Amino acid sequence: MQPVDTLPKTVYTPESQMHSPAKLAKAMWNDLKDSRELAWRLFVRDFSARYRQSFLGIFWAFLPALLSGLVFIFLQAKNVVNLGSVDIPYPVFVIIGTTLWQTFSESISGPLKAVHDGKSMLAKINFPREALVVAALYEVLFSVAIKYVVIVAVLLFFKMPLGLGLIYSIPAVLSLIFLGMALGLFLTPIGMLYSDIGSALTIFIQFWFLVTPVVYAPPHSFPYSLIATLNPVSPLLVGTRDLMTKGIILDTTLFMSVSACSVIGLFVAWVVYRVSMPIIIERISS
Amino acid sequence: MSDVLVSVENVGKKFCRSLKKSLWYGVQDMAGEILGCCREHDLRADEFWAVKDVSFELKRGECLGLIGRNGAGKTTLLRLLNGLIKPDHGRIEVRGRVGALIALGAGFNPILTGRENIYVNASVLGLKKKEIDNKIDEIIDFSEIGEFIDSPVQNYSSGMNVRLGFGIAASLDPDILILDEVLAVGDIRFRAKCYNKLQSMFDRCAVILVSHNTEDVARLCTRVNLLEHGGSQYLGPVEGGIRRYLEANGPMDNKALIVAADYLDITVTNVVVDIESASKNVGSIKIQAHITAKYTTSEIRLVWCLLDSEGRNVCVSVASPLDIIAQRSYSLLSELSELRLCRGIYQIAANIIRVNPAPSGQYPEYPDNWELLASFRNLGQIIWNSQKIIPFGSNVFMPSETTLHDIG
Repeated sequence: MQPVDTLPKTVYTPESQMHSPAKLAKAMWNDLKDSRELAWRLFVRDFSARYRQSFLGIFWAFLPALLSGLVFIFLQAKNVVNLGSVDIPYPVFVIIGTTLWQTFSESISGPLKAVHDGKSMLAKINFPREALVVAALYEVLFSVAIKYVVIVAVLLFFKMPLGLGLIYSIPAVLSLIFLGMALGLFLTPIGMLYSDIGSALTIFIQFWFLVTPVVYAPPHSFPYSLIATLNPVSPLLVGTRDLMTKGIILDTTLFMSVSACSVIGLFVAWVVYRVSMPIIIERISS
Repeated sequence: MSDVLVSVENVGKKFCRSLKKSLWYGVQDMAGEILGCCREHDLRADEFWAVKDVSFELKRGECLGLIGRNGAGKTTLLRLLNGLIKPDHGRIEVRGRVGALIALGAGFNPILTGRENIYVNASVLGLKKKEIDNKIDEIIDFSEIGEFIDSPVQNYSSGMNVRLGFGIAASLDPDILILDEVLAVGDIRFRAKCYNKLQSMFDRCAVILVSHNTEDVARLCTRVNLLEHGGSQYLGPVEGGIRRYLEANGPMDNKALIVAADYLDITVTNVVVDIESASKNVGSIKIQAHITAKYTTSEIRLVWCLLDSEGRNVCVSVASPLDIIAQRSYSLLSELSELRLCRGIYQIAANIIRVNPAPSGQYPEYPDNWELLASFRNLGQIIWNSQKIIPFGSNVFMPSETTLHDIG
């Protein structure tokens, strides 16, 4: 039996954790470390359960993007809508666009969904709360990996060159995911209290899709150019697509600053999530 | 070196009656927490103290029983101790790993196999992969899942599910063990196994047990904290705590259950029990009762029975023959001495019998020759709290001294 004095001590007080930032940072770091294995377990659990009960399995990782892409390809080809001209084959442009958009929307809704599904566990067991979010991140990463295969297939099909840009696009996709996760995680605490957040998020993501240059090229004339400058997803999505197809990012400064903001945002959202979790748990039923 | 594993100082927790307000307060609290504002200590509209000013310390090897009526704040206190929710007042210090035997099998996914679920559930409870690898055989063995361990959990019976959940939770090796009523699960044989497992954990841990089963509390706990409306009403020895709890629950349904032969119509009332020296292993109790009968009867005998929480007779004591005259009232005093009982709560029952003439060669007081005339249950309760835990009681016929006084 371990002597009492050497056992790790945990103290719970009403005081805000923000009062001792050093302690908070240390606890966050430790919990992140501790939660990696648990997150992996949770990911494997959800993953195997889902695919054991599904026919199409991993196809769901890219099917929605592919279908919505095909719709726009069809509409554009038949001149039902005019989405402007792009400098690469339009199907490649659209399918990469919708695939990246699906990644982003999965990243936004991931944390709230993961925490919501883990509600009964959260209410009863004390485990690192980060694990649920990290598991959601793993899930997005896994689905991105499959999407890459599809993107490469599309590029090959349209006889586009496969350059180093594809490799460079990996950190770019990560920025996109971080931006989504940051927003999603930031909304999670409130979203756990009020179901409005979840419902609004679904509608909002659809609307957001329309004001992001996913299926059309970034417009240059004012006020439509605001879509490309004010919308934080635009530089990341457009930049990633450019990297994948052309191997370059046109506006590096904007891309880098949005990426940096995403990382900082994710950290802030994490702090918010962490300190608000005990308050959420006391107010939700298990 | 202090041995204290759990220290709770003036802990309080507010809850809100209205859901709408509760959610809104949640938003406010969240904002306060993030901005680092101090939480206000006053109650807002519709709020109340679910736990108020509770303090105690707990050392290794001790078991604290939290008792109280529904809504007294017991579970809230457990959740505070487990670190699930933050106190609104006071301070909680825990040392070492906290294991909670609540929510058995939380996070089980029905599609996955038992083995996979062990890994998930044990990880959630805080075990590392290596530890699980070491313990998995022990868990499978303990929960007696056998060959089904590789089939999906949705095919398990509910008993198998809880057994697996218990097996995982019990493999945790905590320093502080939190139990919310889930003491033993499964069929009778597995329950015995659970009790043994718990008993072995009890020595190594500081245990906090929430239970409505006063029998369990009396048997397992070393101290009792009685909660009422969130506040601690009593903190101390088990016996006094349970007594306070039973009293606070209002007069027990003390109406004796009477099954009496019509022609006899005897009543036993006003039973008063007095325990003497139950603190040692051997104790004695005095039972006082009033007896009246509609008809004059002679040579009847009163048999006192002590029933355990499950209604089993653990002690039978036959008084000497009594003669009772109709319409008179008698005061009766019986003393049962040399009682050897397990810790626990016992109910007092009485039976009135007549001993018929025995066939030749048989001992006259042999129970085969008894004729049951009346039986009374629920006459009173005794809390037996011997210092030493005896694993079994003495289920025998006890001698009793009975005297009868005609009081008119």
